[in-house]
Amino acid sequence: MTIFDLEHFSSDHFALFGLPRRQALDELDLERMYREIQTKVHPDKHAHLADAEKRLAMQWATKVNEAYLTLKSPLKRAEYVLKLLGHDPQIERNTAMPADFLMQQMELREAVVECRAGGDGGALDRMHRQMKKEMAGQHQALVVALDEQKDYARGAEIVRQLMFQEKLLHEIDEALQAVEA
Amino acid sequence: MALLQISEPGQSAAPHEHRLAVGIDLGTTNSLVATVRSGLAVVLSDEMGRPLLPSVVHYGAEGATEVGYGAQARQSVDPRNTVVSVKRFMGRGRADIAHIESMPYDFEDSPGMVKLRTVQGVKSPVEISADILAALRIRAEAALGGQLTGAVITVPAYFDDAQRQATKDAARLAGLNVLRLLNEPTAAAIAYGLDNGAEGIYAVYDLGGGTFDISILKLSKGVFQVLATGGDSALGGDDFDHRVFCWIIEQAKLTPVSPHDARLLQTRAREAKEYLTLHGEAPINAKLSTNEFVDLKLTSEVFNEISKTLVQKTLGPTRKALRDAGLAPEDVKGVVMVGGATRMPQIQKAVGDYFGQQPLNNLDPDKVVALGAAIQANLLAGNRAAGDDWLLLDVIPLSLGMETMGGLTEKIIPRNSTIPVARAQEFTTFKDGQSAMALHVVQGERELVSDCRSLARFELRGIPPMVAGAARIRVTFQVDADGLLSVTAREQITGHEARIEVKPSYGLTDDEVAAMLKDGFSHASDDAFRRALREAQVEAQRLIEAVQSALKDDAPLLSTLERAHIDACVAKLQAVMMGDDRRAIDGAMDGLNKATAEFAARRMNQSVQRALAGKNVSELES
Repeated sequence: MTIFDLEHFSSDHFALFGLPRRQALDELDLERMYREIQTKVHPDKHAHLADAEKRLAMQWATKVNEAYLTLKSPLKRAEYVLKLLGHDPQIERNTAMPADFLMQQMELREAVVECRAGGDGGALDRMHRQMKKEMAGQHQALVVALDEQKDYARGAEIVRQLMFQEKLLHEIDEALQAVEA
Repeated sequence: MALLQISEPGQSAAPHEHRLAVGIDLGTTNSLVATVRSGLAVVLSDEMGRPLLPSVVHYGAEGATEVGYGAQARQSVDPRNTVVSVKRFMGRGRADIAHIESMPYDFEDSPGMVKLRTVQGVKSPVEISADILAALRIRAEAALGGQLTGAVITVPAYFDDAQRQATKDAARLAGLNVLRLLNEPTAAAIAYGLDNGAEGIYAVYDLGGGTFDISILKLSKGVFQVLATGGDSALGGDDFDHRVFCWIIEQAKLTPVSPHDARLLQTRAREAKEYLTLHGEAPINAKLSTNEFVDLKLTSEVFNEISKTLVQKTLGPTRKALRDAGLAPEDVKGVVMVGGATRMPQIQKAVGDYFGQQPLNNLDPDKVVALGAAIQANLLAGNRAAGDDWLLLDVIPLSLGMETMGGLTEKIIPRNSTIPVARAQEFTTFKDGQSAMALHVVQGERELVSDCRSLARFELRGIPPMVAGAARIRVTFQVDADGLLSVTAREQITGHEARIEVKPSYGLTDDEVAAMLKDGFSHASDDAFRRALREAQVEAQRLIEAVQSALKDDAPLLSTLERAHIDACVAKLQAVMMGDDRRAIDGAMDGLNKATAEFAARRMNQSVQRALAGKNVSELES
């Protein structure tokens, strides 16, 4: 299909929603544009039309969902901004982290295992909240590093840390689920 | 059909303006069909005015098949040939089905999905469900006075790909054109949202006969966005009946009972459960074939006690769905109750306590799913009234992934991703010179492949010889708006490709469905050929209307030459469509579809650009 070559289809996620290419994001704006564009392209809006349009609608809606998902998550958005600017955060190769950060992560991970074994849902819930708070701080730091200071090395470092933190949050949630079951 | 059909005034006069579309709630215990009439969603009742069709099918020794109340009446007489709750078997193997030992059927464990031996031969759950759907189709066509353009069929949000595919197969077998598979809680939300003009976060708690679903939705400005969904596809009102049944056996100290007595006691158990909704205690009386008498009283307290763990079991997925959505119970503005089983007071109380508010019960929990499906079917069929426009953004309930070395699952699309969605991942070879790769597609949340559901296996061959780890195989998962998956694997260097529409290994192939249709199964009186021809003609008419409407709106997007080509293709289709050469019609439709592909792309582009143009210029500046 030639459709993927069309100018709009290949445009970057920010351009797709008519949003400025930066880390700081007005979530309401993204929400609004996502809905507006999805309302135009979604397969349900073309269900009674010809096959070609239905297929096209699915491709467009898929692309719009992908763009929305990428921009909505501060971590994914930062990775994407770095990629657009030509700065590979080197997630796979660069595993250097500040020692105190790594220490803290390891301690937290042990605590999760303990709480899970001990069935301590309350403590896990507190850890979940604490983790969310720390990540919100990191999200702020990303805006400062990428938009204001244009310090992309620093931005990449925060991205790598956030990946650790997301994984840990996921483990906390899994543990919570196991405790509740 | 013996009776002449007279349609309602104004219904059949303009068939191309109002397309006949229905919503079908294919339930574990009961099924319903609904439509939108004069702008209002209504459930279509049978000739005796009964809205529900019990999801029961009886296969008679003389070859007659009965569906609904008639079949239900035969339950205790001929349990082996009377299938109830067939939905529990859809896309399921023997090992997946709870309490299979206390069921009166003669199972045949064919690969993947069980089958049932009846006096009319071996029946798959897909065929049995198709019998129920065909009964509803016939009811709808009689009531609406014409052939249906299409139907929206609801499925539990927590149904996996195998169960969805089985449902779609059943609908096709019943002669229905499926406009969309719609998640039951989402259908309920549509029925509520449009009636009440609701905005905000809503939870839909759907406890049906055999399945439990919880969905968290955000409603705003005509967009229904499902944020998260969860549930248990093997938990429902039937399990409460089963608890009561076990309690009866225990209290009455009965030795193993015959299939006939088991069915009788199951019925008594269900009746007692229903009685307790409005009363403090329920009498249970039965005379067994052994001449034993059962005479018991079940109080609400005892019922609450024996069903406590079941009630709790629904709250786990509820918490999980809220967490997936990043929300707390207090963020939820309203809790919509769906499914007959939510009538149980202990369910109402548990849900009310958890969310800290009275659940919403103002629509009939048995009908709300069918009504929502009808509203969506009406929209999808193109019967759109001004201002009557909304969009549904649904999600996949379970993560989709691939098997990697060591029997581990690599998730490719995480659960609760908004559909349609596509995701690609690269894999590589394990051995030097490896020329083929076996790909195993699975669904589920667990790390080990053996704990997930296997959806499909396929092979990519013709990988050029390379050292281990050098080949780049890009695997792309695409989930469409029905939640159904297709997978493509492509070797990046040679461009060699393998592709599969994920039909679970036991799903029916197109050929099998075609063969079954040809056998006249499920509409024996229909002439299969004429029906297929008629469908092609309707389809061709729809296509021409769609193209003409597009031309009317956006003709300037085409050059004179392009326009002439499209016009020629339309003329060609018009010339053959009223004839009886099905192949010529298909060919002409294909030609027109190809001729309009580029036009469609330009139209789509234009509408997206218009959406962007609606933005204030200053907002675009960074």
